[in-house]
Amino acid sequence: MNARVSRRHILRTGAAGATLVLGFGLYQMRPASAEASSAGLALFAPNAFIRIDSEDRISLVIDKCEVGQGVYTSLSMLLAEELDVGLDQVAIEPAPPDEQLYADPILHLQATGNSTSVRSSWMELRRAGAAARQMLIAAAAAEWRVDPSRCRTERASVLDNGTQRRLGYGSLAATAAQQPVPQNPRLKQPEQFKLIGKSPLRVDLPGKVDGTAQYGIDVRLPGMLFATVASSPTFGGKLDSLDDSPTRSIKGVHHVVTIRAQEFDVGGYKLHLDDAVAVVAENTWAAQQGLAALEPAWDRGPNQHLGMDDIVHALEAASERGGLVARHEGDVDKALSTAATRLEARNYMPFLAHAAMEPLSCVADVRGDNCEIWTATQVQARAQEIAAQLAGLPPEKVTVHNLFSGGAFGRRLELDGVALAVAISKQVGAPVKLVFTREQDIRHDLYRPFYHDRLRAGLDANGKLLAWHHRIVGSSIFARWAPQAMRSDGLDPDAVDGAIQMPYAFPNLLVEYVREEPPAIPTAFWRGVGDTHNAWVIESFVDEIAAVAKQDPIQFRRGLLSHAPRALAVINLAAEKSRWDKILPPRSGRGIALAYVFDTYLATVVEVTLSDAGLVTLQRVVCAVDCGSIVHPDTAIAQIEGGTLFGLSAALWNEVTLRNGRVEQSNFNDYRTIRIDETPEVEVHLVPSRETPGGLGETGTVAAAPALTNAIFAASGYRVRQLPIIKSIEGLKRRA
Amino acid sequence: MARLQINGATHEVDVPDDMPLLWVLRDVIGLTGTKFGCGIAQCGACTAHVDGKAVRTCVTRLGTVADRVVMTIEGIGATPHGRALQNAWLMIQVPQCGYCQPGQIMSAAALLSEIESPSDAQIDAAMAGNICRCCTYVRIRKAIKLAVSSQATAKRT
Amino acid sequence: MKRTLSLMAAFALFVGLVLSAAAADVRSDLVQRGEYLTRAADCVSCHTAPDGKQFAGARAFKLPFGTLYSPNITPDANTGIGQWSDDDFVRAMHEGIGKDGQRLYPAFPYPSYTLLSRDDVLAIKAYLFSLEPVANAPPHNHLTFPFNMRWLMVLWDWLYNPGQRFEVDASRSHEWNRGAYLVEGLGHCGECHTPRNLLYGLDPHKRFAGAVMAGWHAYNITPDRTTGIGGWSEVDLARYLSTGDSPHGAAAGPMAEAVDNSLRYLSRDDVGAMVTYLRTIPPQTSNVPAAHLEGAGNAPISASRLPPADELNRLHASAGVRIFAAACTGCHGWDGRGLAGTRDLNDPEATNLVQVVLKGFHLSAARGRLNMPGFGAGYADRELADLVNYVTGRFGAKAATLQADDLAKRRSEGD
Ligand code: FES
Ligand code: FES
Repeated sequence: MNARVSRRHILRTGAAGATLVLGFGLYQMRPASAEASSAGLALFAPNAFIRIDSEDRISLVIDKCEVGQGVYTSLSMLLAEELDVGLDQVAIEPAPPDEQLYADPILHLQATGNSTSVRSSWMELRRAGAAARQMLIAAAAAEWRVDPSRCRTERASVLDNGTQRRLGYGSLAATAAQQPVPQNPRLKQPEQFKLIGKSPLRVDLPGKVDGTAQYGIDVRLPGMLFATVASSPTFGGKLDSLDDSPTRSIKGVHHVVTIRAQEFDVGGYKLHLDDAVAVVAENTWAAQQGLAALEPAWDRGPNQHLGMDDIVHALEAASERGGLVARHEGDVDKALSTAATRLEARNYMPFLAHAAMEPLSCVADVRGDNCEIWTATQVQARAQEIAAQLAGLPPEKVTVHNLFSGGAFGRRLELDGVALAVAISKQVGAPVKLVFTREQDIRHDLYRPFYHDRLRAGLDANGKLLAWHHRIVGSSIFARWAPQAMRSDGLDPDAVDGAIQMPYAFPNLLVEYVREEPPAIPTAFWRGVGDTHNAWVIESFVDEIAAVAKQDPIQFRRGLLSHAPRALAVINLAAEKSRWDKILPPRSGRGIALAYVFDTYLATVVEVTLSDAGLVTLQRVVCAVDCGSIVHPDTAIAQIEGGTLFGLSAALWNEVTLRNGRVEQSNFNDYRTIRIDETPEVEVHLVPSRETPGGLGETGTVAAAPALTNAIFAASGYRVRQLPIIKSIEGLKRRA
Repeated sequence: MARLQINGATHEVDVPDDMPLLWVLRDVIGLTGTKFGCGIAQCGACTAHVDGKAVRTCVTRLGTVADRVVMTIEGIGATPHGRALQNAWLMIQVPQCGYCQPGQIMSAAALLSEIESPSDAQIDAAMAGNICRCCTYVRIRKAIKLAVSSQATAKRT
Repeated sequence: MKRTLSLMAAFALFVGLVLSAAAADVRSDLVQRGEYLTRAADCVSCHTAPDGKQFAGARAFKLPFGTLYSPNITPDANTGIGQWSDDDFVRAMHEGIGKDGQRLYPAFPYPSYTLLSRDDVLAIKAYLFSLEPVANAPPHNHLTFPFNMRWLMVLWDWLYNPGQRFEVDASRSHEWNRGAYLVEGLGHCGECHTPRNLLYGLDPHKRFAGAVMAGWHAYNITPDRTTGIGGWSEVDLARYLSTGDSPHGAAAGPMAEAVDNSLRYLSRDDVGAMVTYLRTIPPQTSNVPAAHLEGAGNAPISASRLPPADELNRLHASAGVRIFAAACTGCHGWDGRGLAGTRDLNDPEATNLVQVVLKGFHLSAARGRLNMPGFGAGYADRELADLVNYVTGRFGAKAATLQADDLAKRRSEGD
């Protein structure tokens, strides 16, 4: 054990007495960073830990945020499996902020996102469980003076096969802690799994059906006040003047707080907050009433005439520029010049809000030289850092309590809510719960970028694809969110994600990226990140090429996948389960899309009917998934079901538009979201596999939009090139 | 001072008559199972029962519910429909983030107390006001049907 | 009128000579009265652009013959009315002639304001001049020929501007006279509620019979029992005027604005006077049946029963019932509370219902605020047409039969 762990050890050792604290190199694949080495952590940078105390309490610290993806359960299962404890015997503790200990090996940050949770924990959590189990066995064997091979474990006890003696893990904790940490503990073979691959009741569900689950928005503290906030209606506007007397006369209103525009930099992550006003009151209603009475006068600032046309024209102009080369194989121009048929397409994808069901919220208590925050964040360490900057305190004076999140979809990778709550609490000197109104949540989100894509392809006389050219134009999220992840020449790897590692074999290929930032409007990750955008564009164009080549969309894809057996397998499974060959009535159609993202293969078939007026009815969705080894199959299915519908919903209706520098949408009346009566049957078929696990949280979303627009093409012959689909309604009407 | 009957207990609150029941429950009384999602009766996250009917508490003023019987997610488990639905929700593993689910269960419970065995179209019609951003709708449908059949079985035996 | 003027002059002299020390107070009395009158005349609605500063103008008015922008009436010297003399201002209000002599267009209701007394007009001016000047030059008007010929307005004024001050009818009560002054003059109710002829003049034979303008139907407000407000109680009328809400339905669109910006600030007596006067105008019939209150379940919570399964299956083919279930039942229930029998639902054209569904409405004056979100941005024309057809059929006098194209057209109306 090293210094770091023993610090934790001390922290965790309380009145309960002897505690086995097992730190483990959760993410050893990651090369040790310089700071880590200087702290003596080079080889053993513990990242999460098991705690077993002498009272049989077994805790697992979970570094990921439970946003509904079931991570509390699946990560616990990995541990419990190898430790040989029941899921019911494990308690979960959300990890404290610690960028060193909990950096995700894929994201290089303490973060929940990019569908990495199970992917990055699969081996390491199991190793941790197995190592602890081995140490516990060694401790029991020593006590009984028998050979460890005579011992086995079950439900948190070590048993002596010879005598049937039994010792609980708790009673072994102290002596187990003295055992050397096995560096290569033996893991179970899949045949031995008792938990992994089963679907026990998720640990977070009982509280979620009886109302006791605690979300960030549910925190209540003694003396806590309630705040609501309105930011400058135009991006970059300034607060001119404020008459707060009508507000102050409302019963229950305590404070009217002004927050001035501010820039933050947290280890490269940049956040801009516009001027804002907040009302702090005895309850949310009084605060909202107070805000409504406030009518602040805003100087609408430099973007007051900004509209969508300006933004789209700028992207179109930028699309004429050559881009940074993301991938180049063969000679695209030459191949195109020899092609018998050439195709071109321009696609447009709108800004999108996240609209998680729980509006952004954060409780902050800044008093004296202490700051405590309660929220649901996907980036705990950054939350701590930004709170520290605002409170004017060192980070270790900031405690972050991470709670359940009522959806995230990337929204909680941002810290505007935390920053505002801390700023308000600091000004009023009391614990404050800030809850965004839905209007603030949608109008002052950070948005999935607007993308403009241009594609070209060439076919030979036999309909064989010769060349593929894809130019992506849009803003860079990484440049703001994690500039260290940018390629040195300014290529944003997220913007081209899914566009450079397609499973298809294209003979001549060029993928380019042109960065073009819209004025003022902040852009951010959204469920499916870069892939949702690229998968739609690519799968639409592949479909279009197949149509020009007069080939069945699935048959055409098969021709490009001979070297990719897993991709082929999901396509074939989806074709079979969707009864792809069965003829549909007129104005109905099926569309397919293939996604290879987050190490998962997914083929989705969507079946639609179009009304004469051009309205789309979703009839059926069939997904075939190969996500490698699966920890909790039912959760895997749920993620694909939900993710797919989430993507279909956005594709059908969602866009965020600007007019006069402000967002036009405000709530679920104009930011429409799919409802139960619009939901089709969704079937998810899992391909059995022992490969390393792939990500699932966002995968379904990625394939949804292209499968849908391809189905619409099959039903109507109309190619949707602009999302949301509702904008194409004229084109989708039945033509006389 | 308004007097409220919530989940069988009496509460007295000293807040304006026009405060929506949602904030009375969450901020004043501390029953946070009822959720805020939109504030304009579009999402259903705030659904509770007043006299057995599902209402959107975000647009239901306190003044209109005094002396009526209010039931929230915290109390619904004590009713046969509520219990059956909560069990079915667990069996089917419906929730993802779970934030919308109290509202979903309350809408479903009101549906079952009105129509013992609803048709598919009635389930859709009764549940269409409840948004789930995680899109657990497929499972919500299944769970309602399971609750209906489990109650039917319970009745027969 | 002459008498009033000389009294006024005498009063001014008195103030000037004797009470110069208290001038500020007297001025603020005048300004205060001006503020009340400015509100009663609802100047702010037209002279404020969405998101713009109050009274700084530039709100666009789409009229059949082009687009007009309201002028800036803050005391800014260059872009507002800072250089206007009293006479300039009075001439504009009474005759529709601007400072530089140009004819104003009757989107500005000077044919109503012409009834106001000179001292009321000057009180309004005093209030406007007490405001912070705002530099804001509204865009130029875009009018089609021949309406871009301002001189033609001479003819129009001759036809349609009575050009007379209000005259007290001694045979009527003081209250009635006050009501008439408010309804006909300050409130300029006829500007919306009286239909216009081809030349945009108010039709003298159909006073207050209801009219459609900018996509909204300003209903018949004559005492006709079947299509006017004859069936409303005094209490309901007064409540409607001062809050926008009533058992007969709530105000939306321009009427909600009129309530929020103007009517809710009127004294009880003034509202009562308006009701008294409205009761006496000659009844007119129109094509929208008035609200039927019987069976209009307006209780905040009522037994809200789902339609039977077979009815739902039958209705499911149209988007109407589905959208109603999803977006409307949260407030209106399945029994249509707040909807049943209201004029919006009874109108076979569903004029206001369509606008409300598209844009929603907001009433600050009502207790605890009254809001409805608009659904225009999230839903297709066909879906909203189905919705409107469904709700008028279920809760109104007769189902509307709107098509998607009708919705598309209505979207472009109003502002
Ligand atoms: S919060 Fe009440 S319906 Fe959304
Ligand atoms: S479970 Fe997340 S919103 Fe429904």
